[in-house]
Parts: sequence; structure tokens; C-alpha cells
Amino acid sequence: MKYLDEYRDPSLARRLLDELCATATRPWTVMEVCGGQTHTIVRQGIDELLPAGIRMIHGPGCPVCVTPLEILDKAQAIAAMPGVLFTSFGDMLRVPGSRTDLLALRARGADVRVVYSPLEAVRLAQANPDRHVVFLAVGFETTAPANAMAVLHASALGISNFSILVSHVLVPPAITAILAAPDCQVQAFLAAGHVCAVMGWTEYEPIAARYRVPIVVTGFEPLDLLEGILMAVRQLETGRAAVENQYVRAVRRTGNAEAQDAIRRVFTIADRRWRGIGTIAESGLVLAEEFAAFDAEHRFGVESLAATESPLCIAGDILTGTKVPTECAAYGALCTPRSPLGAPMVSAEGTCAAFYAAGRRRQVQRLATASDGGAT
Amino acid sequence: MCLGIPGQVIDLGEVDGVVMGTVDFGGVRKQACLEYVPGIRVGEYVIIHVGFAISRVDEDEAQRTLDVLQAMGDAVAAELGEPLPVRPSAEALDDR
Repeated sequence: MKYLDEYRDPSLARRLLDELCATATRPWTVMEVCGGQTHTIVRQGIDELLPAGIRMIHGPGCPVCVTPLEILDKAQAIAAMPGVLFTSFGDMLRVPGSRTDLLALRARGADVRVVYSPLEAVRLAQANPDRHVVFLAVGFETTAPANAMAVLHASALGISNFSILVSHVLVPPAITAILAAPDCQVQAFLAAGHVCAVMGWTEYEPIAARYRVPIVVTGFEPLDLLEGILMAVRQLETGRAAVENQYVRAVRRTGNAEAQDAIRRVFTIADRRWRGIGTIAESGLVLAEEFAAFDAEHRFGVESLAATESPLCIAGDILTGTKVPTECAAYGALCTPRSPLGAPMVSAEGTCAAFYAAGRRRQVQRLATASDGGAT
Repeated sequence: MCLGIPGQVIDLGEVDGVVMGTVDFGGVRKQACLEYVPGIRVGEYVIIHVGFAISRVDEDEAQRTLDVLQAMGDAVAAELGEPLPVRPSAEALDDR
């Protein structure tokens, strides 16, 4: 596939690693805030190939993982109601709420369907006028234009049996919250390429200036990530703190104007709870007043549902980089992708799930199981 | 979830007032909404995310990045007189 295979060329990757070795003179800590990037870094072992002292922290970049428990409970409460046809991206179905997940609800008779695009959910509403179709609208700025278009489209066509359960989050406020934390260890950021394809990078310029932190807009292929890390380390080594763009083939400084217009029409910015982190001011999107009729939470009266996280989960420490999954007592034992206790284990893009899929074991497990092949 | 992938626009048209098109991902074809890449033409590359084109892929820039990376290794070799020694664990990158 054009522009995929080329960016996976191992010989070019080695050149980038060599250049990184030649550039880095001291330890640096870099955070990526994108589940797709986390997945590639851990799966390819990029973090383990970096020169000694260059440490990657995997930030809260997985939208599935940061979706609060109560949203999952609300989704299930709505999906279980008679006459509802509940739709979602596939990766939300297995995510457990307080008691169950959408897949289990479907097995018990609820009509829960996976859609590839939110426009498919609108078409289901057109085709099923006697049902109410709800779409679980989660994600970062990447997904927001798609969900905005679904609402605009339904509104233009006068479709009244469609609504969305919104849990949208925004990257820049999360980066600011991480930088403002007193024990922040992050010295540079890789900004998520596709978030910036939509939003551009102007929002990141005041953050880089205020906190004196390099931010590099980075793509998703192994070469993109290695080059992004190299660009960040070059800035750190020379004392610069600017926003740079590694992902030039897809990202322009001002982003995608049409997509931003749609987001601004349909949504307004509001405080949001992030699973494992807590509430971050002005870090999410809610439906604008004009489109309140499309708000599933209001329509089905589930606004007040609350939920409590497992006390064993150290998701907050994982998402802020204070701890790595292999330091968690529950990792790989009480908490696995099949039976996750908390946010970072629930999706393939979560840090704990990415570690688990790459076969990384807890230190104690590695010692204990060294003689039997290390299987868990 | 944010993993958009590049694909080539094969055809485009309007469905219920929305610009849609067929996008080819190395043999796999899917319908995608092209509203956010106005003026896109058949044959051009776009990044598709949850059924929406969110960005055009600039072919010249894609190639230029690869050229820069290619040249960079040559520069390291020229500066040091030889390539840096390969770290043993770097083999992990070859499995893809």
C-alpha cells in the first residue's frame, strides 16, 4: 500500500536510530498522547530501541480508555431500553461498565450493532423509523468531525429517531493538565498526527511557549515516530521549545477548516471527566443548544447515573507516566484485556493492553516463570 | 481509534446531499464521506478515519520525507566515516 510500506522500511528506521544515538547526549523524557502511536511504539519495541536515557511515557491518548465508567453505564442503560437500536464503534463493545458490557447485553437480546462510520447509524435511523437509533459518540478531535456530520445530516434530513451519547475529549487541555501537575516528568510531547490533521497545531503554540516544551506533530508509522522523537530530542539538546511538524504529508498548520467548522456548529466546549485522571476543565465537547434534541443522555433521562472505579487500578499513574503497567500488582493477573479492571487495559490502544499484547511481563512474574517459559 | 489510513479516491458522487466516494486501501475498497476534503479528485490520496476523509495526503511531501530520511543516514555515515554500530535489539523492527 502506497505511503504505508515506505514508512515501515527497517533500513531507514535503523538510520533514524543511529542519528538519534548521535544526537542524544543526556536523558530525556518524551510523551506521546495518542493510542495509535502508543500501539506502534510498544508493538514495534521502539521504546526499547531508543538510546539509553531516552524514555517514552505513554499519555492518555486512547479515547476508549479515557471514556468514563458512567458513560459506559449510561450506554448500557440506554441500549437495554425497549425500541432502542444502539450503535457504536466496535472497540467500545467489550469495554466493561460497572456491571457488564454492551456485548453481553446484546447476547441477552438488546439490539447493539457495530458501525464503521456514524453516518451508518443515521442510515439505520432512516431505515428503521419505528426504532430510536443511538450512536455512542466517543473520541478525540479526529472523530468529532464525523460525529458532527452525523448530527448535521440527521438534522438536515429531519430525522428525529436519532441521537448521540457524547463523550468527546480534546488533546490540548490534557497536555496542559499534565504539564501543570507539580510532579510532571515530561520534557517534550509528540502531538497526535490525525488530531492535528483536523485541528492544525496553532493551539499547541502557546503551550510550547508557556511551558518551554517542544511539541512535534507526528504520524503513526514506525519511521514517523522515530523521526518525531528525533525532532523532539534535537530541540531538547539545543534548548529550543517550538511546535514542529513531522507529519508534513498530512498536516497543515491551520488544519482542516471545513471539519473545524462542522465541530464548532454542532458542539460546544465543556468540562469533561477523563477515566483514570478526573475532570479537566474545558477538555471536552457537548452538543450545542441548537442540537440538544440529538442528546441521548437527555432524551433517555440518564444524566444522573454515577459509577465507581476499581480501587486496585492505578490508571491515573499509568496515564500520567508515574508508573509503567509492569509495576502494577493487578497487571496480567487480576487485570487482563479479557477482564480489564481499568481504563488502559480496555482497548488495544491502551498502554496496559499494548504492553500485554507485546508480551511484557511484570518483573516478579518474569522471575517466577522464567523456568516454565513465562506463560501467564 | 485515531488510526486513519491513507487510501486513493476511486470515484465520488453525492448521497442524500453528502459527498461520498469509494476509497481504495491497497485492494480493499470502502465508501467514505469526502465532505471535509472539498475539491478532491479521483486518483488523489486521502487519510480516512471512521469513514471520513480528514486530510489530503500530499504526495510530494510524502516522498520528500522519505528522501530526507534516506539522505540522513548517508550524512551520519559521511560524518563518522562509517555507519553507527547496529544495536542487537534493532532486529525487532524487521518483523513487520
